[in-house]
Amino acid sequence: MQHSALTSRDPVTLAGGVDPDDIVAVPLRHPWRWVIAAVLLAGFVSLAVSLWGNPNVHHPTINEFIFSPRILSGVVLTLVLTVVAMLVSTVLGVLLAVMRLSHNPVMNVLAWLYVWVFRGTPLLIQIVFWGYLGLLYSQISLGIPFTDFTVFSVDTNTLIPALTAGLLALTLNQAAYSAEIVRAGMLSVDEGQHEAAYSVGMSPLFTLFKVVLPQAMRVIIPPMGNETISMLKNTSLLSVIAVLELYTVATQISSQSLRQVEMLVVVSCWYLFLTSVLSIPQYYLERHFGRGNARSLPLTPIQRIRAAVRRAPSTPVSERSDAR
Amino acid sequence: MIDVTSTTQMDVRPEPLLSARSVRKSYGGVEVLKGVSLTVDAGQVMCLLGPSGSGKSTFLRCINHLERIDGGRISVNGELVGYVQRQDRIFEMNPREVARQRRGIGMVFQRFNLFPHMTALENITAAPIGIRKVGKQKARDRGMELLDRVGLVKLAHSYPAQMSGGQQQRVAIARALAMDPKLLLFDEPTSALDPELVGDVLDVMRTLAADGMTMVVVTHEVGFARGAADVVVFMDAGVVVEAGPPSSVLDNPQSPRTRAFLESVM
Repeated sequence: MQHSALTSRDPVTLAGGVDPDDIVAVPLRHPWRWVIAAVLLAGFVSLAVSLWGNPNVHHPTINEFIFSPRILSGVVLTLVLTVVAMLVSTVLGVLLAVMRLSHNPVMNVLAWLYVWVFRGTPLLIQIVFWGYLGLLYSQISLGIPFTDFTVFSVDTNTLIPALTAGLLALTLNQAAYSAEIVRAGMLSVDEGQHEAAYSVGMSPLFTLFKVVLPQAMRVIIPPMGNETISMLKNTSLLSVIAVLELYTVATQISSQSLRQVEMLVVVSCWYLFLTSVLSIPQYYLERHFGRGNARSLPLTPIQRIRAAVRRAPSTPVSERSDAR
Repeated sequence: MIDVTSTTQMDVRPEPLLSARSVRKSYGGVEVLKGVSLTVDAGQVMCLLGPSGSGKSTFLRCINHLERIDGGRISVNGELVGYVQRQDRIFEMNPREVARQRRGIGMVFQRFNLFPHMTALENITAAPIGIRKVGKQKARDRGMELLDRVGLVKLAHSYPAQMSGGQQQRVAIARALAMDPKLLLFDEPTSALDPELVGDVLDVMRTLAADGMTMVVVTHEVGFARGAADVVVFMDAGVVVEAGPPSSVLDNPQSPRTRAFLESVM
């Protein structure tokens, strides 16, 4: 079958009839681009060669550890920490943002205070604080305040092991930042949208979930992608309370083998890989919440590859320029 | 589809569907409504005319409690707007009660305010499905019926960004109708439209009026007011200057302010 994807712009169909009014001109040349590219390339190559050939870097160590079970378990824990902390903190962030924007002054002040405290102190200190909570409260009990009545009482270090403390620290801190991002997103939705929702009898809560948040998501997702990547890297701070995530594992290994630089290369490779992977869901989320905004949605990478494959066998390379 | 049988002319004058008594509203010390009193009977179309800043849009927004009034009272269908009387005391409504009350009052905005993340049909069915708990299929059937009434069945699955202003406004009218309101408010529905699109929207509004829908329309379309309105009200500086049938207010205005305004817009 002949390819049906050919458009009228196709050079094959136009080849016969060149309009005499069309200008045939020599395209503008850009020689400096080639010069700059060559200089940069030479620089990068020499840097790479010098790093790779550095006698102080022991390559077999990198090869040995990059896929070792200990490192892989650290990778898994890092990923789990990132995903759980981001999910829970987003829910908290939405709640805080709604509180900040509500007309209830108590909620308002409460949310403001939360953001003030958690955004105003270093994450590292918060992590250590939750890790050492047992020093502040050796027992955690549930009961009626200012009386002796207690329902239960447990040892703080049993209730909150290092992993929980770390997760708590990352989540609570992130919620403060997410709250501001969500709030910005909600403020970006036109006031007329609220009025339209109210005019058809929607309640404030229904309006929030069906009208405001879906539109706010478009504004919220790009910075949240940023936050997810920060979160992934911030999990390494949990090494101070000995949570066995990627960086902690790497430092433990290097303290035995004294191969610090090699282990840093190993973890850097993993962090780079993970941050790259995490930007994929962002693309699809943006596409999903962008519906109705662009007149036609851009193709997904997979759709683009499929389209290219379908076209490739019978079309000249020059036609690729029309796939904007 | 709109039940008007109960409002046919009888020798006893029916209770007005909308009644406003000395409504006052200020914004930061500036009084924009200085005691507006109006009534609209069921099945009537009232057009509010007046220069910008005369308070006509504000008054319209007070009717469905998008704005809180500072004085006077408004009632729709015998119910106070935004307040509820229990025994001999009047209580402010909570948000749920306000939302319930607004279901009986549809509104069409100058800038359409369609939900951009929903298709035309979803815009229309969102409130019936989510608020009134109408079955999905039933809501969709009714939505298509309403789209048919505004002549846009083929755009059912298009998003607002893919429609012209006139099409968006007609979808917005269908959305307002989907909750079966007793009263429909129009806030300058054609002011944001290209001139050649105004006619389609006005046609839909004329059909609604002819079907017996009770409507309050803030507009600058004197031609529409003349043809479709039962009552024309001219407002200026927060007060009703003149009210009456189009033949008297538009063709034989008594007040010099009305006359000056009509000369400037015609």
